[in-house]
Amino acid sequence: MRIILLLLLSFSTLISHAVIDGHKYPFDNDVDEKRFSVLAEQLRCPKCQNQNLSDSDAPVAADLRDKVYELILEGENDEEIVDYLVARYGDFVRYNPPVQKNTFFLWFGPVLMGLIALIIIISITRSGKKTEPLSAQDLKRLADLKAARQNSEQKDK
Amino acid sequence: MKRLFLFIPLILFIAMAAFLGAGIGREDKEVLPSPLIGKPFPAFILQKVEDHQQLTQTDLQGKPMLVNVWATWCPTCKAEHEFLNTLAAKGIRIIGINYKDDEELAKEWLRDLGNPYEFNISDPKGKLGLELGVYGAPETFFVDGDGIIRAKHVGDLSEKVWLKYKPTFDKMTAQANSRAEEIQ
Repeated sequence: MRIILLLLLSFSTLISHAVIDGHKYPFDNDVDEKRFSVLAEQLRCPKCQNQNLSDSDAPVAADLRDKVYELILEGENDEEIVDYLVARYGDFVRYNPPVQKNTFFLWFGPVLMGLIALIIIISITRSGKKTEPLSAQDLKRLADLKAARQNSEQKDK
Repeated sequence: MKRLFLFIPLILFIAMAAFLGAGIGREDKEVLPSPLIGKPFPAFILQKVEDHQQLTQTDLQGKPMLVNVWATWCPTCKAEHEFLNTLAAKGIRIIGINYKDDEELAKEWLRDLGNPYEFNISDPKGKLGLELGVYGAPETFFVDGDGIIRAKHVGDLSEKVWLKYKPTFDKMTAQANSRAEEIQ
């Protein structure tokens, strides 16, 4: 019982954290609140590139959170908000980069690698099975060997 | 011949290692490419630090300039300040954006360390900084005579950094000069 309580308590810190964030950015409806938390998780802090806006304590992340909040209140949709930040900070602020020329390998590299591997595997297994037809010389030798064996078998009898 | 095919994975591995290895050395995580290059300086209405006179983006036209984002809380800004003084002494036009700073501290700083700026734009809330995609002071924008951003440097300016940007700046100056001659 104690252990269960302890586990519950350890999770309670996570919950209270989310509540604090919610209070700082009050919304009058659940939809916008959800949108805000999703956006803050999908957008990347430009200063500390391995954290998203909701995780980062950097001042610039706080500024961007404020801006996202402001834009949601102004009635902008998610796409407009992301575009707004990309226009100022570049594609770097997105954790989900768009498909374009310079991200081609990022998106299709793994598929390409898989295809190359498949081609190699197929070519290796194919080449193992392949047998070349016997030449005329070999055929003659085979016939001679067969004849010799028949002869020896007949002798044995 | 067939034997040679066995080397394909090794060759692929070496090619990948070379490609990715080169990328590791080259990527500078501190410097993000700015999407603002080639775009006009964003619109703003803010006050001048010196006399609270109103400024807008149209004040950033005419002679090509450096627009330097700085603050008294930023140690690297202090490190580059002396070099900015040197540039200003050479006649290079520098405009400051006092970013999320205390105005009194800023004035004191300019009195004590010298003032390389033609004027300073006061941006206490960091609004203009956000428009410019500023994520860490100091940052310097190279703005041409038409108010178009031509380059951006994140971090302190120094002799070495300046040499890298000098061709861009010289080109901006040459363009502005030939324009002035045409008008005459």
